[in-house]
Amino acid sequence: MTETQIAHPGARLPEPGPLPNRLQLTDDGQLRHMLTIEGLNRELLTEILDTAESFANMNEKAVKKVPLLRGKTIVNLFFEASTRTRTTFELAAKRLSADVLNVNINTSSAVKGESLLDTLRNIEAMNVDMFVVRHEESGAAHFIARHVAPGISVLNAGDGRHAHPTQALLDMFTIRRHKGDFTKLKVAIVGDILHSRVARSQIHALNILQTGEVRVVAPCSLLPADVDQLGVHVYNDLDAGLKDVDVIIMLRLQRERMEHAHLPSEHEYYQLFGLTSRRLQLAHPTCLVMHPGPANRGVEIESAVADGPHSVILEQVTYGISVRMAVMSMVMGAHQA
Amino acid sequence: MSVLIENARILDPVDGFDTVGALCVQGSEILARGQIPDGFEPRRRIDGSGLWLIPGLIDLAARLREPGQEHKATVASETLAAARGGITSVVVPPDTEPPIDSPAEIELINRRARQACGVRVYVLGALTHQLEGQQLAEMAALMQAGARGVSNASKPLASLLVLRRALEYATTFGLTIVLSAQDPALTGSGCMHEGAVSTRLGLAGIPEAAETAALGAILALVEQTGARVHVARLSTRRGAEMIAKARADGLPVSADVAAHQLFLTEVDVAEYDPNCHVIPPLRGQRDRDGLRAAVARGDISAICSDHQPHEPDGKLGPFASTEPGISALETLLPLTLRLVEDGLLSLHDALARVTTGPADILGFAQGHLSAGARADFVLWDPTAMHEVRRKDWLSAGHNTPFFNWTFAGQVRETWVAGRPVWTRPAEDTA
Repeated sequence: MTETQIAHPGARLPEPGPLPNRLQLTDDGQLRHMLTIEGLNRELLTEILDTAESFANMNEKAVKKVPLLRGKTIVNLFFEASTRTRTTFELAAKRLSADVLNVNINTSSAVKGESLLDTLRNIEAMNVDMFVVRHEESGAAHFIARHVAPGISVLNAGDGRHAHPTQALLDMFTIRRHKGDFTKLKVAIVGDILHSRVARSQIHALNILQTGEVRVVAPCSLLPADVDQLGVHVYNDLDAGLKDVDVIIMLRLQRERMEHAHLPSEHEYYQLFGLTSRRLQLAHPTCLVMHPGPANRGVEIESAVADGPHSVILEQVTYGISVRMAVMSMVMGAHQA
Repeated sequence: MSVLIENARILDPVDGFDTVGALCVQGSEILARGQIPDGFEPRRRIDGSGLWLIPGLIDLAARLREPGQEHKATVASETLAAARGGITSVVVPPDTEPPIDSPAEIELINRRARQACGVRVYVLGALTHQLEGQQLAEMAALMQAGARGVSNASKPLASLLVLRRALEYATTFGLTIVLSAQDPALTGSGCMHEGAVSTRLGLAGIPEAAETAALGAILALVEQTGARVHVARLSTRRGAEMIAKARADGLPVSADVAAHQLFLTEVDVAEYDPNCHVIPPLRGQRDRDGLRAAVARGDISAICSDHQPHEPDGKLGPFASTEPGISALETLLPLTLRLVEDGLLSLHDALARVTTGPADILGFAQGHLSAGARADFVLWDPTAMHEVRRKDWLSAGHNTPFFNWTFAGQVRETWVAGRPVWTRPAEDTA
């Protein structure tokens, strides 16, 4: 009886390299799409952050525009409501001199019969160069990347619980600006890991950048199965999880988590997992406090902390533009000289 | 018509028969197996040299999509695909549109089957009205119209009380109840196995307990009612162990597994491959190995295709919104025989899981080659290397993860009731 791995002579052989890269990288390792952080290498992440650095310097100047993507058409295709992410993508595109089209599709009211692919084909027919896609379903960006015409790039602006790569990149950018070397850092991600695409992308990015220790802190009902296999240490106690950390990333808690029996109440959650001034003292004295926004004050974070000296929450928003400019210019093969 | 097939290696799992010899067919029945009776004068002689002659397969779960989903497939298209796969009897679950909950649907399917290639088509009747899980269906009428058992397919029942009453009522008529073990609340919106891969892909997972909790409730009610229950499509190692224990305790339960569960795991979902979107989901390697072990021991006594053909659009979308299921009739026999190559079980035991095993579960007379049996059999060419290719595919559903797999051996001819219903065309070899 055979109970071990069986090699099937007829089975498809796995192709070399981490799977996601077959889709998102070109044969010579350049970014074709930006779908997920998973599988990218340290050199490429560093290149993105370096490119973003040059845009950040420019964004602080009076004239904030470069002609890198002049004549290119970028479509923000949002199947899920978003203000901040969409506006920063839009601003990033405009600062690169691209033309931007915003298409918001409320999937709940979308007429049944018009599939995602139909929508895509229609917009594709307008000769666009890039889709920035947000969709409520995990894998939607992969699906679109698989089916777009050659030459069109897809940027994942959030797909279900799966990935939000540009958010993770702007978080890495923020951490790097303040802390430099990742290898000595302890980073804690606190909150609803189960439903968070942001957390998944951050975990991949932190590990690729060889962060000293990545922790996730949450009640068991908000942790996905086998989360430790993503390369994190799991804490169920916030005080223990914050001990000596250099970066705290708080995640937003959705109200529906109470309705679906993940948690009893916001009150109890705040008592156990809310980031307060008292708890912040457990962390390293120069600890950064981050949040992908929008923060629920008094639910996952105390106002005094969100607005306090450790907080870099608004910087994250600012850097989001530079990072998205970097990714957009790189997938278009227009690296800044 | 009388037919003599000579020099084939006759393999009959019913009694372990394995002899190179003759099979004599008289009309729709087998006259003799092994030797030629005195005075037998065949109208036709077939040289089976180099071929295996095995009983036609019985598939416990094949969606043919009629009535109601003819845009996916038809009885005609899928029975031909079955014949190409060496399957001579298929059992249709009741989740057609409308569901099979009155004799009218059974008559319609029977009529379609009579117009098709000749593969035998059987149905399971609905356990509850419209499969809604509330009121019982008219099981006696369904049985009289030909239903071989009753089932709620993969639709949930309103409560364990409804399940208890349904088991009791079906038992009145000696009907076998075919149940899928999936707790609807624990399944939720899940679309793949809950584990490291679902976490990585951000897909809602279906925990192992969705199967084991439901199975625990089913087994408790079998013990209470004495109903004859067949558990369809196990997916977990623990589920298989629960069935093994229940059988050892003497409960009247049996179980089957879909062939793909014995070869694929959650890892095959890879980067959202919609052809690996199946319910119950592909699970971990320990589950796959546990299911294989249960098949080898016989605790799982049937392997089925769980055939679910889809039109291309059904698989075109983000993973969770694609329709679950694999078009699987044409790979059931090759996958089953691959288990022999893998050293899991003997050739006869493997054949039993797709012939006598399923026959025993639903009380079919066919599934073996004894004298007097129905002349449903397959001539198998064990030497032909066979690559699964789209261009040879007969099912209307092209949704299979097994394209480009290569198997040793291929169906040469499929016979039902003493007539060939499918013969491999010359170009269908690779």
